Amino acid sequence: MIRRAALSGAGLLVAAALLAPYAVMLLTALRPEAELRVTPPRLWPVEWRPQNFWTVLLDPEFQSWFTVSLVVAVASTVLVLVAAVPAAYHTARHRFPGRGAFLFLVLVTQMFAPTALVVGLYREFFELGLINTYTALIAVNAAFNLAFAIWILRAFFASIPREIEEAAAVDGCGQAGALFRIILPVALPGIVTAAIFAFIAAWNEYIVALTLMTDTSMRPLTVGITSYVTAYVQHWDLLFAASVIAIVPVVVLFALIEPYLVGGLTAGSVK
Amino acid sequence: MYPAVELVRASLGRYSITGLYQGAVGPRNYVRLLEQEALPAVVGNTLVWVTVVVAVTIGLSLGLAQLLNEAFPGRRLVRWALIVPWAASLIMTAKLFVWIYDYYFGLLNRAMAAAGWAPVDWLGDDRTVMGAMIAVGVFVSLPFTTYVLLAGLQTIPGEVYEAARVDGAGGWRRYRWVTLPLLQPALLVAAVLNLIYVFNSFPIVWTLNDRNPGFAHDTMITFMYKIAFKSALRDVGLAAALGVVNVLLILLAVVAYLRVLRGREEPA
Repeated sequence: MIRRAALSGAGLLVAAALLAPYAVMLLTALRPEAELRVTPPRLWPVEWRPQNFWTVLLDPEFQSWFTVSLVVAVASTVLVLVAAVPAAYHTARHRFPGRGAFLFLVLVTQMFAPTALVVGLYREFFELGLINTYTALIAVNAAFNLAFAIWILRAFFASIPREIEEAAAVDGCGQAGALFRIILPVALPGIVTAAIFAFIAAWNEYIVALTLMTDTSMRPLTVGITSYVTAYVQHWDLLFAASVIAIVPVVVLFALIEPYLVGGLTAGSVK
Repeated sequence: MYPAVELVRASLGRYSITGLYQGAVGPRNYVRLLEQEALPAVVGNTLVWVTVVVAVTIGLSLGLAQLLNEAFPGRRLVRWALIVPWAASLIMTAKLFVWIYDYYFGLLNRAMAAAGWAPVDWLGDDRTVMGAMIAVGVFVSLPFTTYVLLAGLQTIPGEVYEAARVDGAGGWRRYRWVTLPLLQPALLVAAVLNLIYVFNSFPIVWTLNDRNPGFAHDTMITFMYKIAFKSALRDVGLAAALGVVNVLLILLAVVAYLRVLRGREEPA
């Protein structure tokens, strides 16, 4: 009994430590700008200013960043799924020459964040004339999130017993029919996990967008919001209001896929 | 794979300040890279950044994973709290810490004052900026590492502990001689993946070190970025040379990682 109480106490402390910075974010987003510049600084605002959130939401620049983020994240997620579902299904069900090498290559790509390659990426799109295009951003995001998607989907497909497909065949279901009516519905949690993960990764991506989108009007949220605080203007309140708006939905989505994440990210190595 | 090819090609070429390719120059960019005055400091920073962040993260995560492996009221809350720094955009978290570390208006110095200590210019003082960055690096690395270790802990069957207890092993000895050896594979996976992740990390160093001129606190990743796009150098060839070095270092870590995996089991 005492032991459980102690554990709860420790857990509470840990949770508080993890959430405290984000509480500061929220409390800063909820105060008027004038209150940002008081010494000593206060944790609680004197005057609450939830209107900051409206200011941000109605800011045409914010709306543009938000739209770019949404379009890029959705498009790259769709691309990832279109490529990853067949690839994962095929590697899970068939043994073919080079299968090991293929999976190995996929694993290696996962280790390479775009960061180390960013100069090469920049050169590639520069030569292709694709700097400042959404195509470039969508392609890079899709490419780098593909690896995780293939691995996690493969694990899901492999866990579906072959007998189900055989039973479907006996019942007169063709291979395509079996795929769409049996396999995909059963693997749905995996597909949702892969989709959410790809979406969040694209939503949070920073360095590639910073590099490839030199046109300020075409930037996504992660890059765009930094213009609330520069050497000339310091709207920390708006920066954090925008951050809260960007973070909350992602945290909720993330919580949904949490149970499946670790297995996918470590690519079957921890079991 | 194509960006990698382009990276190698760029590292062997010369570029005008506007980015026009002006022909191949062979390994000259690599020689010039070695001649950069800032290089020793940057390599040193990278070494400190990566080793300290990974070591501290693993240490804290071991405790956290152990805690989360127990059943207690409120465990779900802790798991949710752990998700937040993981899911939140790194750049937003980094900006948040810039604000918390602020000399005049940041809450950290407010807390320092409350404790009776003098305020510190966390991100401006050469002595504290690396520590401040490392703290944020650990903060955002904790969730993933903890989850990997937790997954490892949950594979250890309870009977093993029973057996150790029957043999008369106390709490600490059970942990040292039963838990840790069985957790070793998960530890290695967590360490190597974290290592790669931290080495590649850009937004934290980029954002928290923003105010400081020069390259005194840059890691190899932000140094590369500054050479290519920000500094007076604007030298794509030189940056690409450093990029190739970075990629090779990661590759080394990946190979080590795969050897570790291969050593334990057949590849999946």
